[in-house]
Amino acid sequence: MQEKYDFIVIGGGVVGCIIARTLSRFEGSVLLIDKEADLCMGTTAANTAIVHAGYDPLPNTLKARMNVKGNAMWDQLAGELDFAFERRGDFVVAVGEDELPALDVLMVQAKKNGVPGCLLLSGPEVRRREKNITPETSGALWASTGGICDPFAVTVAAAENAVMNGAVVKLNTEFKDFIMDGDRIIGIKTNKGDFLSRWVINSAGLFSDFVMHQAGVRPEFKIKPRKGEYFVFDRADVQIDNVLFPVPSDKGKGILVTTTVHGNTILGPNAEIIDDKENTSTTTSGMDEIWDGAQKLIPSLSKKHVIATFAGLRPMGNAPCKTPGVNYNADYIIEIPEEVRGFVNLGGIESPGLASSPAIAQEVVDLLIDAGEELKVKKDWDPIRPSRPRFREMSQKDRKLLVDMDPRYGRIICRCEDVTEGEIIAEIHAPVPATTYDAIKRRTWLGTGRCQGGFDTPRVVEILARELGVSPLEITKLGEGSEFLFRPTKNVEG
Amino acid sequence: MSLKNTYDVVIIGSGPGGLAAAVEAKKEGAQDVLVIERDAELGGILLQCIHNGFGLEIFKEDLPGPSYAQRYIDESLTLGVETLLDTIVLEVTPGRKIFASSKQHGFVEIDARAIVLAMGCRERTRAMIQIPGMRPAGVYTAGTAQRFVNIEGYMPGKKYVILGSGDIGLIMARRLTFEGAKVERVLEILPYLSGLTRNYVQCLQDFDIPLMFEHTVKFIHGKDRVEAVEIAAVDKNWKFIPGTEEVIPCDTLLLSVGLIPENELSRQAGVELDPITGGPFVDESRQTNVPGIFAAGNVVHVYDLADWVTMAGYEAGKGAAKYAMALRASETAHIPIIAGKNVHHVVPQSINVRSLEEEEIELQLRVLKPIEDRTYVEVHDGENQIARRLMRYVRPGEMNTITLKPSHFADVEKASSITVDVYPR
Repeated sequence: MQEKYDFIVIGGGVVGCIIARTLSRFEGSVLLIDKEADLCMGTTAANTAIVHAGYDPLPNTLKARMNVKGNAMWDQLAGELDFAFERRGDFVVAVGEDELPALDVLMVQAKKNGVPGCLLLSGPEVRRREKNITPETSGALWASTGGICDPFAVTVAAAENAVMNGAVVKLNTEFKDFIMDGDRIIGIKTNKGDFLSRWVINSAGLFSDFVMHQAGVRPEFKIKPRKGEYFVFDRADVQIDNVLFPVPSDKGKGILVTTTVHGNTILGPNAEIIDDKENTSTTTSGMDEIWDGAQKLIPSLSKKHVIATFAGLRPMGNAPCKTPGVNYNADYIIEIPEEVRGFVNLGGIESPGLASSPAIAQEVVDLLIDAGEELKVKKDWDPIRPSRPRFREMSQKDRKLLVDMDPRYGRIICRCEDVTEGEIIAEIHAPVPATTYDAIKRRTWLGTGRCQGGFDTPRVVEILARELGVSPLEITKLGEGSEFLFRPTKNVEG
Repeated sequence: MSLKNTYDVVIIGSGPGGLAAAVEAKKEGAQDVLVIERDAELGGILLQCIHNGFGLEIFKEDLPGPSYAQRYIDESLTLGVETLLDTIVLEVTPGRKIFASSKQHGFVEIDARAIVLAMGCRERTRAMIQIPGMRPAGVYTAGTAQRFVNIEGYMPGKKYVILGSGDIGLIMARRLTFEGAKVERVLEILPYLSGLTRNYVQCLQDFDIPLMFEHTVKFIHGKDRVEAVEIAAVDKNWKFIPGTEEVIPCDTLLLSVGLIPENELSRQAGVELDPITGGPFVDESRQTNVPGIFAAGNVVHVYDLADWVTMAGYEAGKGAAKYAMALRASETAHIPIIAGKNVHHVVPQSINVRSLEEEEIELQLRVLKPIEDRTYVEVHDGENQIARRLMRYVRPGEMNTITLKPSHFADVEKASSITVDVYPR
C-alpha cells in the first residue's frame, strides 16, 4: 500500500514547516519531506535571523505585502510555539551627509508598504543609543517593529507542532519527480519511494525551480543562489546590542552589524551570485568584504573575538512582479498554476522570507480555499508547543530544581554554552528527532561557543550512539557521508 | 564521603596544576581541601597524553602523562584531599561561592575560604584563524582528535593534514602514524617551529612526515566530509603567494594552532585578565586581584612543560592554604556569647578573642525578671566561672553591664562559647 496524504510539503525550511503546521490545523493528512538529515538545512540555516519590518521591499510587490503582513503575525506565532522572539526594532544607519537622502526614500517606502512605527533619528540621537557606532553617523531610520529570532528554533517548533497535530515528517527523503494523472499531480517520487497526494506544495527553496520544472510550470524560472558570508563574535567580548543596517544598495540590504537572541554579535552578509546551490563555503575575499563593510558602522571591531564564520545561500528568483506598472524581476511566487492541478507553487522566497513565512502559509491556505478546498479546523487542534528546558537560560535556583528532578540535566556536555546531557537526550527523542551532531547543535546551541565543539564533540557522539542504539562509527555531523569516525584504534577489542 | 558546605581550599581542575595545588595546600596545613574535576577521573588532559616526556624536571624520569598524573593522584588521596568527579563548575562568585553541577552529585553549592583556578587552556579553533571553505565533518583540533584516539578508542580519519607545529599536533602526527593512518603534511605559517624541537625530531623526522614552514591552508573542500585542503605559501605578512597553491587530498584536517587560557569562570568571579597572556594577573603567591582566589598553570599562561605547571600549582596551593587558614583563624576566633539564666539578651552577641588580648570588652545585657536583692551577673564557659559582678538589684527596665578584661583572655580563648547568667546571691 502506498502512503497517501492530502497535502505533501516539499522542503523543511522555515516556510515549509510553517505551511505544514498551518495545514495541520485542518482535517486532512500532511506529509513534509526534506532531502537532508535534518530540517533547516538550506537558506533557513544561514541568514541574519531578522524579522524585517518591511520598509525595504519595493512597494506593491508580493514581497512587500508578505513581509509587512508576516511581520505582524510573529507575536502570536512566538507565543504559540514558545520560541525566543524579540521585537527590539532596527536602525538603518546613514554614514555621512551623502547617505541621508536614502533614509527619506526608505521612509516613503515604509509608508507605502504600510509599515507602522517608523521614525527618522538624528545623528546624535543614534550615537547616544549605540555608543560604538561610527562618529560619522548622520542619522537613521528607526523601525520599531523589526525583530530577531532563532530561525532553527522557529522551524523546529513549527514542525513539532505540526507533528503534534498529526503531520508526518520524513527526513533524508529527496523529491525526484511528480506522479501525474493527466494534468493532475497525484503524488511524488522520492529516493524513499512514492507517496500519493491530493496537493503538493513546492517549498523547496534553492531547488524550487527544479520542482516546478518537473511539474512543467514556469520553465523560464531560475533560482540564482546569492551567497552571504558571516562572522560571529564571542558574546563575552563583543556586545553590540542593536540591529544596525547600512543604507541599502543595488546589491541588497548591505552588511549588517546585528545581535542574536543568543547574545552573539554577528556581521554580514555580502552578496555574491554563484552557480552551485551547495557551495556554502566561506572565502577570503568574502570575509574581507564583510569586515570592511561592518567597520564602516562599528570601527572598533576586532577579529580577535571572532568565534565562527559561516555562509548561506539566498534563493533569488527571476519572477516578474504581477502588479501592473511595477518593474521588478525578483518577486516571490505564491500561486496555484494553471498548467497542472493539485500543485501550490512557491519560488524565489529569499529575504525577507523568514519574516514573511507566516503570511506565506496563510496565503497558501487562502489559495487552497479559492481552489474549492474545504478546510475544516480540527476539533482537537492544539496550537501550543511548549519549549523544553534550557539550562543555560535558567537561574541557579531553577537549575537546582531541574537537576533534582532529573539528574541528567546535571551533566554539562557543552562547557561554553552550558548545554546538558538531559537537553541532548530530550532532542534525540523529540517529535522531530535530532539524529546528527548538527541537529543537536541547532536545537540546543551546543558547540556554538568559543571552543566550537572541541570539548563536546566526543561526548555528543557517545550520547547519540547510546540513545540511537548504534555504533559511534555511524554518528554523523550532518547526515550520511559526514561520519566523524572511521574505525576503532588497534587492539581495542583485545 | 559526604560533601561539606565549606572548604578551606577548593581547586577547580585536576590537571598537573590542580593536583599540585591540592597536595601543597594539604601539606601547608589546610584541613578541608576539595578538587572539582569535570571528567570521570582525576588527571585532566594528562590522561590523554599517553606519550612520554613528563617528569624530566621534577622526577628526573621520563614518564607518560597518565603515570605522571598518578603520582600526584596517589599523593593527594593519601593526604586526604577530597574529590568531586564528573562535576562541572558553573559559576564562581567574587565572594568565593561555587555553583557546580553533576549527574551523580546533583546541583551543589560550596563556600570556599580560598579557591585555586586550575582550568587549564583550550585550543584555538578553525574560526579563530578564519580558514575559508566548506564546513564538513573532519576538521578537528588536535586535542579533540587525541581524545578520540587515546580515550574513546576511535580513529577520526585515514589521511591527515595537520596545520600548526604545536606540540599536540606533532605528537598526534606520530600517534596517528602508529595507528596506521597517513599524515600527508604538517604546515606551519611561521618560519620556525611552534612546539618543542624534541617533538619535531621524535614525531616527524623519525617517521618521514614532511613539515612546511610559511605555509597554511587556503581552502577546505568537501560538503559532508573533508575531501581535500588547498594549501599555499605565505609571505612575511601572512598573505598568500599566488602560484604556490597545492591541493592535498585528505579526509581530515587537524588544527594545532595555539592554546588560550580558559578563564570564563575567572571573569564571572571578577578576576582581572591580562590581555597579553589571556590569563589572570597574579602575584608571587599566584593570588589574583580577587582576595582568596588563586590561579595556576595554563589558566594563567600557556606552558611548554607539565612539570612547570606542577611547580606553579605548588605556589598557588601554598598561597591558598595560608589565606584559608588565616580566614579560618579569624572565623574561629569569634566566640558566641549566650544569654543564660534570667538574661533576655547580650550585646555583643559574639567577640573576637584577639581583641580581648589588648583591650577590655564590655558586655551589655537586659534581664528577664527583676530581682530586688543582691544579685550576681556571672560570665562562664559552661563549667568554669570567668568573671562575676555583684549588683544591688537588677530590673528589666535598666541595662546592666559586665566587663571582660585582658586578664580573662586565657580563659575565654579556651571556651567554645561563653554564657551570661543572672541569679540572686
